[in-house]
Amino acid sequence: MGTFLRALTDGVLEGGVYGLMAVGLTLIFGVLDIINIAQGIMVILGAYLSFVLWTHLHIDVFVGLLITIPAMFILGVVVQYLFIRPLRGRERTSMSLIACYAVAIIIEGILYQIFGSNYQSMNTYWTSPQAEFHVFGYYLPYIYVLGFALAVVFVAAIYFMLYRTQFGRSVRATMQDHTAARLVGIDVNRVAALTFGIGVGVTAAGGMVYGELNSFNPNTGYDLISRLLAIVILGGMGSIAGALGSAVFVITLASMVDVYWNPEWSTVVLYGAVVLVLVFRPQGLFGRREARAQ
Amino acid sequence: MRSLALWRAAGLAVLLAVVALVPLAGNVQLTQVGVLVLLYVGAAVAWNIFSGFTGYISLGAAVFFGVGVYTVALITQHQSLVGGVVFALFPLGGLVAAVVAVPFGLVALRVRRHTFVVVTIAVFFIFQLMASNFSWTGGVAGIIPPFLNWDQATVYNPFYYTAMLIAVVAAVLAWAIWGSRFGLQLRAIRDDEDRARGLGVKTMRVKLTAFVISGFIIGMLGGLYFYFQSDALPQYAFNPFFDLTIALMAFIGGFGTLSGPIFGALLLEPYLGWAQQQVTNTYVAQVVLGVLFLIVIIFLPRGILPTVGEKLTAINAGRQRRATERASGPPPGLPIGAATAGSSPEPTTRSAS
Repeated sequence: MGTFLRALTDGVLEGGVYGLMAVGLTLIFGVLDIINIAQGIMVILGAYLSFVLWTHLHIDVFVGLLITIPAMFILGVVVQYLFIRPLRGRERTSMSLIACYAVAIIIEGILYQIFGSNYQSMNTYWTSPQAEFHVFGYYLPYIYVLGFALAVVFVAAIYFMLYRTQFGRSVRATMQDHTAARLVGIDVNRVAALTFGIGVGVTAAGGMVYGELNSFNPNTGYDLISRLLAIVILGGMGSIAGALGSAVFVITLASMVDVYWNPEWSTVVLYGAVVLVLVFRPQGLFGRREARAQ
Repeated sequence: MRSLALWRAAGLAVLLAVVALVPLAGNVQLTQVGVLVLLYVGAAVAWNIFSGFTGYISLGAAVFFGVGVYTVALITQHQSLVGGVVFALFPLGGLVAAVVAVPFGLVALRVRRHTFVVVTIAVFFIFQLMASNFSWTGGVAGIIPPFLNWDQATVYNPFYYTAMLIAVVAAVLAWAIWGSRFGLQLRAIRDDEDRARGLGVKTMRVKLTAFVISGFIIGMLGGLYFYFQSDALPQYAFNPFFDLTIALMAFIGGFGTLSGPIFGALLLEPYLGWAQQQVTNTYVAQVVLGVLFLIVIIFLPRGILPTVGEKLTAINAGRQRRATERASGPPPGLPIGAATAGSSPEPTTRSAS
């Protein structure tokens, strides 16, 4: 029973963090109709930013978010403005994939150049053995709970933004129909840029928690983006609740396999579950069929 | 137009002759790089037969490649074959890859666009993880082929010519498919799948056929790669960079055209090979590559060959128009556009270049 509870808590708490990163990805997809392949490496960039602020300026990683989130937001807006906005026409979808990939390998190359390929751990207070408490008969690090709480706060903020503000109305309108949104006077370009910024901005928070939980190097971005894509597709592309739900579901599943079977197979089960679900529900668990026309 | 076709054929013949002569220079390193370049030409062309023609961007081509690698590796491990007979195994690698392509395609081709891309990525990771976790694949240690006791000076020549053969066959196949009824069905799917189905195209069967053909060719190249590289390791046999690289080659040259992927592979692979040898600043090379991609995307959004072709057509059209204007002048009473409309070719038609 203890093992089961442990796998469940680990899965749900870590799933929440994945959910935050996946929400950024799905938001970008919903509004811009592109997949931000660079989301994985941007998470790692966020982790490195927090790491640098901690090691060189001794700013606590949670306080550092006040700097890293705006920085990542600006990065997102700039990338969207320079490389995504100019894409037009029939090949837009494929070209945007390539553009995001190009951004990803540039970031990856720069990170390698600065930090090398060694695995990095945060080595902050939160990763030290004191920062944990006793529950269900084992030690749970604070960072799991705090990271989950952070994810909940951010997702709640995104929900509030989407459903309670004027800007959120324009975002949802743009998600539903680009042309109609433009016709009613929404500045679709501005909405797209800001959404891309927000989607990338949350990677700063996600990356910070990810970096606290795992050791990472620039190559980790590939593993991350594959998981995030699997999560987003499983949840139904463009569905925010779906991204959250499937993140928790998938990561808990992987954590169960980890405990009961073999850590080496947990990732296979993760991708296998995604493929299996898509065979029966091509639109994902929570997606609507043809939710978005071409 | 007849003379143009002749020029083209002559140019192609010269290119093939030059490529065929490379190993005779006797430079082992050059031949070694040449094998990889030809391998990528073949893979990019094969990828394009499915993804370029149908518009379904597959990032699972490495599945076929890896299956080819491991098929040949496992056969040689159990039979310990040596000598020229190993070259007969490559089609077998292709065959197994084609068999794998059927269930893969039946699952993945049910979804479209972004979802398809992600499903191919997921299947790819499943295969990579299986290769490193099963015991019969040698796990992370992989499989090493029996020692080929060949002359060091010419060891790469057979690989070179085999890769060249596969690349040429793939290109001819792509050309034959392009103009055929089958090719037209593929391109109809790319333009509007629902309408194509409405007009009677058996979309699933057509897509799956192209998927299997492309898998067969890439699987053969995988078999070749096993002996060329002398190892079957999960991270190199099932390599995510392989997928991205061939996709980028096709995009840079011209996605969905016939010569685009060949051009892209000839352009990109020598650079990548060179960058890999720069131990000190690999990462700078990587950043440069990313910047190059962004430049191509912003300024040549449809790939180098189609965009350049369009520019040339436009220049030619402008020259022709000026020539006719000089010769006759616009007829009085007619707007200029009406007088020139007949002489300028349509700028928007998509040519196979």
